[in-house]
Amino acid sequence: MSFAHRHLLGIEALSQADITAILDLADQYVTLNRSPSKHSDALTGLTQINMFFENSTRTQASFELAGKRLGADVMNMAMQASSVKKGETLIDTALTLNAMHPDLLVVRHPNSGAVDLLAQKVNCAVLNAGDGRHEHPTQALLDALTIRRAKGRLHRLNIAICGDIAHSRVARSNLILLGKMENRVRLVGPPTLIPSQFSEFGCEVYHDMHEGLEDVDVVMMLRLQKERMDGGFIPSEREYYHRYGLDADKLKRAKPDAIVMHPGPMNRGVEIDGDIADDVTRSVIQEQVEMGVAVRMAAMHLLAENAKAAATSKGTYV
Amino acid sequence: MPKLLFTNARLIDPEAQTEALGWLLVKDGSIAATGVDAAPSADEVIDCKGKCLAPGIVDIGVKVGEPGERHRESYASAGRAAAAGGVTTIVIRPDTSPALDTPEALEFVMRRAKEDSLVNVLPIAALTKGRLGHEMSEIGFLLDAGAVAFSDCDAVVTNTKVFQRALTYAKSLGALVIAHPQEPTLSAGACATSGKFAALRGLPSVSPMAERMGLDRDIALLEMTGGKTGARYHADQITTSRALPALERAKANGLDITAGTSIHHLTLNELDVADYRTYFKLKPPLRAEDDRIATVQAVASGLIDIISSMHTPQDEESKRLPFEEAASGAVALETLLPAALRMVHAEQMTLPQLFRALALNPAKRLGLATGRLSKGAPADLTLFDPDKPFILDRATLMSKSKNTPFDGQRLQGKVVSTYVAGEKVFG
Repeated sequence: MSFAHRHLLGIEALSQADITAILDLADQYVTLNRSPSKHSDALTGLTQINMFFENSTRTQASFELAGKRLGADVMNMAMQASSVKKGETLIDTALTLNAMHPDLLVVRHPNSGAVDLLAQKVNCAVLNAGDGRHEHPTQALLDALTIRRAKGRLHRLNIAICGDIAHSRVARSNLILLGKMENRVRLVGPPTLIPSQFSEFGCEVYHDMHEGLEDVDVVMMLRLQKERMDGGFIPSEREYYHRYGLDADKLKRAKPDAIVMHPGPMNRGVEIDGDIADDVTRSVIQEQVEMGVAVRMAAMHLLAENAKAAATSKGTYV
Repeated sequence: MPKLLFTNARLIDPEAQTEALGWLLVKDGSIAATGVDAAPSADEVIDCKGKCLAPGIVDIGVKVGEPGERHRESYASAGRAAAAGGVTTIVIRPDTSPALDTPEALEFVMRRAKEDSLVNVLPIAALTKGRLGHEMSEIGFLLDAGAVAFSDCDAVVTNTKVFQRALTYAKSLGALVIAHPQEPTLSAGACATSGKFAALRGLPSVSPMAERMGLDRDIALLEMTGGKTGARYHADQITTSRALPALERAKANGLDITAGTSIHHLTLNELDVADYRTYFKLKPPLRAEDDRIATVQAVASGLIDIISSMHTPQDEESKRLPFEEAASGAVALETLLPAALRMVHAEQMTLPQLFRALALNPAKRLGLATGRLSKGAPADLTLFDPDKPFILDRATLMSKSKNTPFDGQRLQGKVVSTYVAGEKVFG
């Protein structure tokens, strides 16, 4: 198993083999997480700090649980309530934390590229838990694991990513990952939320959801942020639900065994019909949450291994 | 004053569009004669050894941090940087803090410049009070105090009525208005040019069309304020191919319009931002390669009149931030000429064409006698070796701020010495 990276900042830098390595290890952690004794000692003695400059419940909880199950000492820092408010710059905050010798930094930040910047200034492994509208690699990886387990493969699938592509880091990371694994990706949504340059990424763009879902294997819904709903990007919530909300009628166009995904939290009745979200034969939304913990355990495990190898010898990670 | 003779010089004459090996005689701070035959006698003779002797660069749109941000750039440091870069006249921007919007403020900076600067300094004054775009500044008083042009810099006057009145008033005084062509609401919050690169990086972006829309509005206003007898207008930076036809039409229609562009938009493109390198964050943002090439061609053809450094000193703290939050702008007084020579080495333009855009055109637009090698012009000169290769180390820059995008890059062409009114200020 090779995973020659110091940080996990995005999917862009990963190869097919890297992605497969994470997913294979994550599969093992799914088994562990389903057993009565959920502990491993992969991160024993290591310190993990979760720095969230943006509100998060699920991602932060998932990372926290992943670290704890691997035996790390986990600390959560709500950065909005801390020295950032007092005018400290991102780099000063990073240097302060760096002096406490963490081994893993999990960072979410509202600005694209902020996590890359921070990673340049610290000497521990950094995991991007979402930066602006740039990347959210662990979300794409957990989605990939969910698809691979549900469909038995992660290639040659027709996958529709639907909704607010423009502002979504989840969409970008998924688009890159699914492309790298040789799938056919479609983007579905109103033109105000799918800027034209996305057609240059080697995917098909649909503004009609019925057409966009024709014969797909996977329907990936995105959350529509409340602040985009009031006239700025779309005329109204109800018009959006009518044209782009996933309901039984639109889902009929997909393959009969197509799965439905959503990164959460959901707006029922805006981008997705409640009945579909709860339909256990179609929806894998709960599995996504489960896979999230396993994928984060796998990613942190691999990065920690590299860091340990680097500490004992002149490691070969980049 | 003794006579100074440059011999064996490759004379770059932007007026005649020629370059020839010859001599240049300086007397009393002015160019007394030039020639290619036998050189006259003089008190002091400088053998240029075949290097280029060109008119000193006139750089419109230099930011000096006085008043308000002297830690970023002072008149002393800006003057040294300019001299080292072959720039003999810096035309300073009013986007200081506070803005240069009163005759008193202008007098202050002119006094500071006189005390500390090695090179000529001429001020642009704010077009509106506080550069806020609400009320026009005292254009008449400011002209009397020495303002050579009026501009709100990158703060576009959003209110078209205010801008129209300012143009009309400026016209009556013969004042030059410099505008930043950009549709301000479309470009609000953007820090990249829209396209595949910005989408991949997840950066808020603006269509290059916003520049054309800004220019179109301004051209319509120029027609409104009297067409051929209308206001004198200069667009500070034209950086996209889509804006060029509008500019060409406006010139063909006889409007009093000129356009500039920045050295960075001529030599870099959006991909140079790479992994969020904030030293490449500029305003307007770097463009696609197609736009860069179109801009270079427009300079070579003369459609774009002027190349500026758009020298904008920023300290480390304002650049070491996430890309969206980082300050825009780059220092360029010292890298202006070496970077511009890239276009000459790439055979995209000749040296006389380059110096038309660097020296002659800006001088003409501001009504200055400098910027040429003709008899009677001030002996503002730069002697440079166009071929000398070097790797730029930003620590060696004279500017107080070191925010150059060319750090570590290979450049070709170095200034040997610089003269202002016949006095050596560098070399």
